[in-house]
Amino acid sequence: MTTITPTPQKPWRASKRERSFDFAILIGGFLASYLLVALTPMKGKLAYFALFFISYALLTAVLKGLTRGSAAAKDALVSSLVVVGAVVTVIPIGSILLTVLQKGLPGISFGLFTHDMALATPTDPLANGGLLHAITGTLTLVALALIMSVPIGILTALYLTEIKGRFTGPIRFLVQAMSGVPSIVAGLFILSAVLYPITKAYSGFMGALALTILMIPTIARTSEEVLNLIPNDLREAGTALGGTQWRTVAMIVLPAAKSGLVTAIILGVARIAGETAPILLLTGGGDKVNPNAFNGPMGSLPYYIWKSFNAGSPEAITRAWAGLLVLLGIVLILFTSARFLGTRKISR
Amino acid sequence: MTTSHESEKAPMETAVKPSSLAQVANSQAAKVQGNGADGTGLETRGIHAWFGKHHALADINLNFAAGTVTALIGPSGCGKSTFIRTINRMHEFIPGAAMAGEVLLDGKDVYAPGTDVTKIRLKIGMVFQKPNPFPSMTIGENVLSGLKLAQLKVDNKDDLLQECLERAGLWNEVKDRLGAHGGSLSGGQQQRLCIARSLAVRPKVLLMDEPCSALDPGSTLRIEDTIRHLSETMTIVIVTHNMQQAARVSDYTAFFLSDGGPGQMIEVAPTSEIFSRPKDERTENYVTGRFG
Repeated sequence: MTTITPTPQKPWRASKRERSFDFAILIGGFLASYLLVALTPMKGKLAYFALFFISYALLTAVLKGLTRGSAAAKDALVSSLVVVGAVVTVIPIGSILLTVLQKGLPGISFGLFTHDMALATPTDPLANGGLLHAITGTLTLVALALIMSVPIGILTALYLTEIKGRFTGPIRFLVQAMSGVPSIVAGLFILSAVLYPITKAYSGFMGALALTILMIPTIARTSEEVLNLIPNDLREAGTALGGTQWRTVAMIVLPAAKSGLVTAIILGVARIAGETAPILLLTGGGDKVNPNAFNGPMGSLPYYIWKSFNAGSPEAITRAWAGLLVLLGIVLILFTSARFLGTRKISR
Repeated sequence: MTTSHESEKAPMETAVKPSSLAQVANSQAAKVQGNGADGTGLETRGIHAWFGKHHALADINLNFAAGTVTALIGPSGCGKSTFIRTINRMHEFIPGAAMAGEVLLDGKDVYAPGTDVTKIRLKIGMVFQKPNPFPSMTIGENVLSGLKLAQLKVDNKDDLLQECLERAGLWNEVKDRLGAHGGSLSGGQQQRLCIARSLAVRPKVLLMDEPCSALDPGSTLRIEDTIRHLSETMTIVIVTHNMQQAARVSDYTAFFLSDGGPGQMIEVAPTSEIFSRPKDERTENYVTGRFG
């Protein structure tokens, strides 16, 4: 008896014939969009782009429909719609990132991270000054806002999911309403409720207060969703072992929800990191590194970018783009490190 | 139920290959008479339970002698789980829940005003239907989690850890990987981990709510072994849908039934009697598989 040694195969993959058929449809789509642009008054890149997808979707639907029936036609049509959706989503993001990189890189130098603008004006040559004051300012603002909003936001979420008290309904409604508050309103609120009547001076802390108002609803809502996903079994098991509700929540529910809560905080930071309106109103936007958030004006990246663009000279505009790039970089670093911390597994 | 406290205990008969339910139950009969555990008896008097306006359970009077295993059987929805949840006061977790009656542990009502609920739950442990190890903790941390939750101090945690895992019949399988995630175990191992977890706070009574319903037959047998060993030192109440299981592990069996109204306890007797000569016709129909 001979034994047949099987070779690994992937029979579910498209055959050469099928692939060349798909490729032909793709070429057909290109041709059709080219012809349509040439023969009709529709012109420009956008026309190519839109017409290509329309003609490709129609072509593939019709051809698949003719060869394999109406179900295949619908499948092909919906598949191409999904691809269009994905491309339409990715293109603007890619385009933004590319533009920021292109225009920001020329302005990046080592001195940028070691100097502030205390002795330079935005229109000075790029070698003068830097954005150290803006980086430290933004980090201080984000840190202060985090310190204030994370406990409030998570405790609110715990009230909504664990305590479920009498005020759950109204509080949930308020949190949802708060998440729609325009940032300028938060800024004006702090301006009129705290800055004018009490401190009477610009400071980083005033900006952080406004950012906190914006951040709390994001953290509270996301944390609530996350905590709702924790199975009730675990809460019951904790309580059945003789834990009080508080200890069960602190030792079991919160650790189980840890990575989700980190996501909630990341979303909160994303909401405020580039926030500009309240910063313009409240921080005073100094040009010098100011380590004291409670005294004196404090610079920040959004303020620096706004100020540099306003200055208008080529140097200033390069500075603004470099500031944008640094802001994106900081946000990226914050996100990845938070992700890393949030998903670290127990060592085996 | 018997309240006799004799010093000797019949040997465990774990290797019996049952041919009929009555036969298995008879093999346990010796144990019913001679019970040596000097632990804590549990008694329920006139337990009623409601969910909102729905009257789920009516007038349950049961006496669980120290060191016995009592199985609660009956069709789904007859209030077995609700009943055991009233015993360790987990019932009150459900919004709209209400109850009436007394649960006497060591002669004291667990519902008496001023009772510390967490202390009650330390004395009356619970194992749930679905294995639910704490996902953020290792195997070792899971076992000792009750100590941290209830803020108890022990002198030697390692000894306690080993003792609990041994009693739950899991030590040999996990002793080399106590630092691994609880979730990395198989379903049966997870359930035994949950049993070990509830043993660490040294409960006097262990409530088990269909502990084997999500497990394969092999794991089920391991857990039944564990139950038999545990019953030497504690009082166990187990809800089960598996009548062979009731016959295999329990000294007493109580049959619950709901005829559209609130669930009631129809009959309680030594397990051998329930399966061989039940007094109530409905019990007989149920245990012989004619309905339910």
